Amino acid sequence: MAIKPVGPSVRKGKAPDPRPFPNPYLVGVGLGVVLFLSVLITGDGLGASGAVQRIWAWIENLVAPQHVETNIYLVRYAGGEAQPLNHWIVMLAIGVLIGGFISGLIGRRVYTEIVKGPRISNNTRLLFALLGGSFVGFGARFARGCTSSQGLSGSALLSVGSWVFMMAFFAGALAAAPFFKKLWND
Amino acid sequence: MPFPLDLHELGTPVTYTIFVFIGIGFGFMLEQAGFGRSTKLAAQFYFKDFAMFRVMFTAVITAMVLVFGAVGIGILDFRKVFVPGTYLWPVAIGGFILGVGFLIGGLCPGTSIAGAATLKLDAMVFLVGVVIGVFVFGETVPYFMGFWSTSDFGRLTLPEWLGIPTGVIVLFIVVFALLLFWGSEVLEKRLDGADPADAPKARYFGAAAIVLVALIVLLLGDPSTADYWDAVAADEQARLDSREVQIHPGELLGLMNDTFVNLVMLDVRDERDYNQFHLRAARQTDPTLESVEAAAPDLIGLTPRSVIVAMSNDERDATEAWKTLVANNVINTYILEGGINEWLEIFGEDADPKPTAYPDQLAFTFTAALGGRCVASDPHSDDFELIYEPKVVIAGPAAVVGGGCG
Repeated sequence: MAIKPVGPSVRKGKAPDPRPFPNPYLVGVGLGVVLFLSVLITGDGLGASGAVQRIWAWIENLVAPQHVETNIYLVRYAGGEAQPLNHWIVMLAIGVLIGGFISGLIGRRVYTEIVKGPRISNNTRLLFALLGGSFVGFGARFARGCTSSQGLSGSALLSVGSWVFMMAFFAGALAAAPFFKKLWND
Repeated sequence: MPFPLDLHELGTPVTYTIFVFIGIGFGFMLEQAGFGRSTKLAAQFYFKDFAMFRVMFTAVITAMVLVFGAVGIGILDFRKVFVPGTYLWPVAIGGFILGVGFLIGGLCPGTSIAGAATLKLDAMVFLVGVVIGVFVFGETVPYFMGFWSTSDFGRLTLPEWLGIPTGVIVLFIVVFALLLFWGSEVLEKRLDGADPADAPKARYFGAAAIVLVALIVLLLGDPSTADYWDAVAADEQARLDSREVQIHPGELLGLMNDTFVNLVMLDVRDERDYNQFHLRAARQTDPTLESVEAAAPDLIGLTPRSVIVAMSNDERDATEAWKTLVANNVINTYILEGGINEWLEIFGEDADPKPTAYPDQLAFTFTAALGGRCVASDPHSDDFELIYEPKVVIAGPAAVVGGGCG
């Protein structure tokens, strides 16, 4: 399967010409300021996996409402009169989509692409993206938050659990790294 | 303390607009960092690209010094900020699984949304994977709900856990992060031949600035009960003055016999008076600021239908204790009107009055230190016909607005 780059930042017939990323420390300060503003104004940090959870609970409730009512975990999100999409974190996720798109346009990076290591095929990459994604989805709910909420926000707010999360997260990724070298390296 | 804003007061449309804008900033920064690209993130764990580590920890220390700086100068009430609860084992295991998945998939939920926004197909497939993981979790968690709820330490921060002032922890983390950055640059030079001299000099100024802010946080110190009281004094002093929170002994007796109310009676007299006589289920706390402050955290996490009544011999110490509790965010808190002395006046048939020389002194003598074993410690409500104006209104907790990853 060949992927032809198509998107608003690629002119017809031209190869994509993405701009380089700015200095990571600088972007880190920017991200930190966004997180600070979020905490200051709303009293909540940043998050992402909760939005996926809510969108999925909404779908599951459309397909199998009886099942949701009897699941002690899902009933919190979509049981009875609860509106799973009626929550700030869903709004935040919509914003992330818009903000990512704007940033991509400025950096000329909005075009179809399968980002992967050089030694694997597109299909392999997509298969492992699906697999990795499901681990991440499961782990994020297990830890009651993902890299954004537990990792980034919770650490900045000095939550003990969030620092444990961070260490476990880096340990997990480092432990897995030797087994998946082929995915990411030349 | 004007922040965080009262989102309920602002209404849903305004609140949601704010969140969309915060999300835009978040997504913009994630994409600028290059976090929409799985290869860039995964390269961190082969030490080929340190952007992930640098962006993340710079963001953590930047937000940390700004948040605690705002707390220090008194514009942000940290107690109203949502801090993810510490469920030790679930967090450790979930974090590890997430780390493994991150290495396999190259992204996390937030970055995959940013990647999808720039049409990266692998990020979109990854998001489908996240949905599958969320689905599997939702279907299986009922079978391990017990474990998932274990080792719950509630809202626990590093300064609380270690008993070290926030400013010290903040400064330590900043210095630690800067050392790690320096280490990462040394490593980068050794492994990839990158020359740190090519990196902008401005990062030294940034490092100096962040240490400076951390030092300011340290100098400002943690807000005291007096600071918190000042923030709520306008409303709360008025409630004291209009005697909305001083409840009649008859109302307290009613609460003692109300099985639907979780009543906590806080007796803030010294141990001697407490041993002479106290209400049967009352717990004793010294009237000092430190003792009452120490009692507050337990009273915040009570069940919704809880009422707290502070009492002293008259009202002086109980009022001070009430102010300390209210300043520390304890809700549904009241004062026993007239204190133990008025209580004994009404119910203490066998207690002998004695003259008092100074305020908040016990005005009765007992033949023995009966503590909670007097008839008056738990009188039969049927024996007394009391007329009073009920004042207790049980409010739900309203302190924390949101809830983390929802």
